[in-house]
Amino acid sequence: MTAQLPALQVIIPLLCAPFCVLLRSRTIAWLLFLAAAAGSLACAVVLAEQVSDGEVLSYSMGGWRAPYGIEYVISGFNTPVLLLVSTIAVIVAVYSRRSLAAEVDSKRIPLLYACFCLNLAGLLGIVATGDAFNAFVFLEIASLSSYALIAMGRRRRALLAAFQYLVVGSIGAIFILIGIGLAYGVTGTLNMADLAQRLPEIYGNRALSASVIFVFVGLAIKMAVFPLHSWLPDAYAEAPSAVSTFLAATSTKVAIYIFLRFAFTVFGATLVFGTLTLDRIGLLLACLAMVIGSGAACFQSDLKYLLAWSSVAQIGYIVAGFSLVTASGLEAAYLHVINHAVIKAALFGAAGLLLLRLGSVRLTDLAGFGRTMPWTFAAIVLAGLGLVGIPLTAGFVSKWALAMALIEDGQGLVLAVMLVSSLLALVYVGRVVEIGWFREPSPVIAASAVTATSATSRSSTAERLPRSMTVATWTLVLLSLYFGIDATLPATLAESAATALLGSGG
Amino acid sequence: MTSNPALLLMLGAIPVPFLRGWVRGAWLVALPVAGLILLWTTPEGTQAGFELFGLAVEPLRVDALSRVFATAFHVAALLTMVYALHLRDASQQVAILVYAGAAIGGTLAGDLLTLFVFWELTGLASAFLIWTRRTERSYRAGMRYVIAQVISGLLMLAGIVERLHAGAGLEFSYIGLDGPGGALILLAIGMKCAFPVLHAWLQDTYPEATIVGGVALSAFTTKFAIYTLARGFPGTEMLIWIGVVMACFPIFYAVIENDLRRVLSYSMINQLGFMVVGIGIGGSLGINGAAAHAFADIVFKGLLFMSMGAVLLRTGTVNGSDLGGLYKSMPQTTALCIVGAASISAFPLFSGFATKSMIMQAVAEEHRTVAWMLLLFASAGVFHHAGIKIPYFAFFAHDRGWRVAEAPVNMRVAMAMAAIICLAIGMGPAWLYDMLPYPVDYVPYTTPHVVNQLQLLLLASLAFTLLIRTGLYPPELRSVNLDFDVVYRRVLPGQWNAALRGVTQVRTRLGVPLRQRTGRLLEVASGPLRPRGWLGAPWPTHVMVWWVALLLGVFLLMSMLYS
Repeated sequence: MTAQLPALQVIIPLLCAPFCVLLRSRTIAWLLFLAAAAGSLACAVVLAEQVSDGEVLSYSMGGWRAPYGIEYVISGFNTPVLLLVSTIAVIVAVYSRRSLAAEVDSKRIPLLYACFCLNLAGLLGIVATGDAFNAFVFLEIASLSSYALIAMGRRRRALLAAFQYLVVGSIGAIFILIGIGLAYGVTGTLNMADLAQRLPEIYGNRALSASVIFVFVGLAIKMAVFPLHSWLPDAYAEAPSAVSTFLAATSTKVAIYIFLRFAFTVFGATLVFGTLTLDRIGLLLACLAMVIGSGAACFQSDLKYLLAWSSVAQIGYIVAGFSLVTASGLEAAYLHVINHAVIKAALFGAAGLLLLRLGSVRLTDLAGFGRTMPWTFAAIVLAGLGLVGIPLTAGFVSKWALAMALIEDGQGLVLAVMLVSSLLALVYVGRVVEIGWFREPSPVIAASAVTATSATSRSSTAERLPRSMTVATWTLVLLSLYFGIDATLPATLAESAATALLGSGG
Repeated sequence: MTSNPALLLMLGAIPVPFLRGWVRGAWLVALPVAGLILLWTTPEGTQAGFELFGLAVEPLRVDALSRVFATAFHVAALLTMVYALHLRDASQQVAILVYAGAAIGGTLAGDLLTLFVFWELTGLASAFLIWTRRTERSYRAGMRYVIAQVISGLLMLAGIVERLHAGAGLEFSYIGLDGPGGALILLAIGMKCAFPVLHAWLQDTYPEATIVGGVALSAFTTKFAIYTLARGFPGTEMLIWIGVVMACFPIFYAVIENDLRRVLSYSMINQLGFMVVGIGIGGSLGINGAAAHAFADIVFKGLLFMSMGAVLLRTGTVNGSDLGGLYKSMPQTTALCIVGAASISAFPLFSGFATKSMIMQAVAEEHRTVAWMLLLFASAGVFHHAGIKIPYFAFFAHDRGWRVAEAPVNMRVAMAMAAIICLAIGMGPAWLYDMLPYPVDYVPYTTPHVVNQLQLLLLASLAFTLLIRTGLYPPELRSVNLDFDVVYRRVLPGQWNAALRGVTQVRTRLGVPLRQRTGRLLEVASGPLRPRGWLGAPWPTHVMVWWVALLLGVFLLMSMLYS
């Protein structure tokens, strides 16, 4: 049984998807998604245990051996991402039941859960596979399902957001396909390890350089690196709350993972960062993303847009980390992948709570929500402090790691930009706190407070926040605080990932 | 890391607001006891060290020095918790647990980074003990307190970073004054430890704390600083004289001060002075003396603060000029307060005698005659203001007609526990000596010691009686005594206001146009980022695609040029 785990990891959610559609029941669909997420989390935990000593697990799909058949590879570099994605999936599954019931037409919910299952399968597949073309296929599965998920948003603008993401995302996917095709053309293999072996002989081949550029520009779109970020704010802000919680935590992070996988273990760091100088370009784009993302977040008038723009900035931190091409830089990038995923999921989860109770997350409508919804406010403040990087939060740990990596590499300018961006983060988090705590309650809040006290006037959802949603949100908040106080777990995961990446590709 | 007593206390604070009645009480008392058991079952050495970004972090290190201080903090946490049991409002109890946990965590820290984190946390957590009094005065005092703590934290952080740069590493062991990093850290410790001139925050803010808060504050912050000093700077010559000054100058203030909790704050600086001298002498006797005296001081100073807290609770004041004659209505509190007073005055058979004499002995063995004489004077002074003045003015003196209830049971239990510990140290100090970092071959009860001390105490009480009888003793008046805190509470604000007036003129001439310009500049610069600017607005699909094409084109071109 345990020998089949790498495949089961992906197949469990993939199989749950058709059943969600066929059985057409909201509860069963939800249970299936929860089971899929829990199953993949169990697989991920067992796999992480097995490879924790630096071993590499290789699994041949259908018994076809590696260079010909599809190979799944589980090693130090992908277990952190597997754990992260499946953990967030379980938490979002708990969160989604009541949240989706309030935001999405009930007939569509089973379909939406099918998309959730497909998306999870796609994300896990990208991470687990050791085959370049297979990675592309899973990338498409994840992307297509996420377009559908985003389009389920409650406003018409969600359709536009999903369409834009579809157009740009498809272009990215085509680029990746072209890149993989070129690499196949010059080497005749699609297996990542095999590619890595054959490529160094033909360094300098122009088709190979073109292949690298196509793959990485395509992935940069999926990662939402500035200036290819523009699909992200709309997509995250317009999607249903459960969807934005899930996607904000996982989708760009998996794209970052596959970027690193291609850069370090397929094409090789010497070619990608040495010859093609993607490291310097990466640092430049990272700096722009940090400043512009945080700057734009300061001026947003809607909480979910604010969070989405802050994601653009936070991706800049991660890009800056791995663009250093040092062990400590990679470690910082992995740490921030984990920590930012947890923090941002917590914030989007809290935004969903506000949306459920108040019907809007525009900042003007949120005035004074700290007094009527103190627990949600506390969750936003605690997670927001993590975003700024206050000591004893997860954000501090990864920013400290990044700062150390930057100092070690002598990148004083990037460090300065990072500090400016952190100050801007203080500004936008401070704005939310100021509005929530110091402003007089807006009519929306006052009305909701009245309905909450007079228990007869409205249905029970408006009065009490669903227990499942608050529990899920607070789990994420507490997780982010725990990672800030005791960073052993993410730090060891990040360290083993960095050594695995640098060790296998060179 | 999971078996760290500090985390046990801090995580244990989480469920406190949700518990009610006796369950909460049992939980509050069980936590310090469990922490103490955990501490003593942890073997000596470093546990659960790990590497964080190439720096060795050791959050849990147990050795004899840290264990004796951590034990003292656990005892203090237990006493404070029992003393706070009557509170219905959980916020103070939570703050005390976090505060105690932070002090213990700092004591058990094996590296400077962990130390720094807990150093800041003690400052922040304890500020709530001042703020929860919920008066305008305490709010301001709390702010001054936080500012002092944060400055101390920043100094320490600067010192740590400096040491890291100099290649000294993160390990928390002997620091010394060799580099600027060490000096910065000493300054940071000096703030918390109330070195002269840096001390002003202490007597300024402690009397403004809540009843329970005063007890907690008296135990942790300063003794944590003493531990850090004992670990980092033993045998530093300068500390002897700093300590002597600390032991002597508060006496004058304490004698004329009216607020009895402020008197105790001054006497705390005085006691800290003894410990600082012990650390300055260094060697096994000096460090042993400082550690033992810190242990004893935590208990007897806690006891004195507790008795004054009980008086404050029942009468609403601790001003010497308003109190008197309370022994009739609070006889048990009076007796317990006298035990504390006897302990701080180092009466034979009470705890101060067994511990303070170690420091005196260490000074004498080094043949530092001047310092020894001054400390002797300070000992007499302690007896004067803490040993006699506190119980005399609160419980005896003129009967002001107070007829109040005895202190709540939990308070009396806490005070009795503290009194028993005082007597246990005083009568059989062997158990405390066994805990000390170095083996002890010191015998407190020798004829010269006892006679010497009794002479000192008798003459001091004779002087007090004489002064009171002849009416020469400074009367208890409602007054404000000027200390160094006046510099930042009055002089600096005054100069600041004068400077502001000057600046205002400049501002109207230069500032207004300048501000308009920068405002406009900022608006122009941030224009693209606003929701309607070209960067902040949602881009149309074709713009996104153009960017993709542009980036791809540029990269392809570059790759062709380079390869």
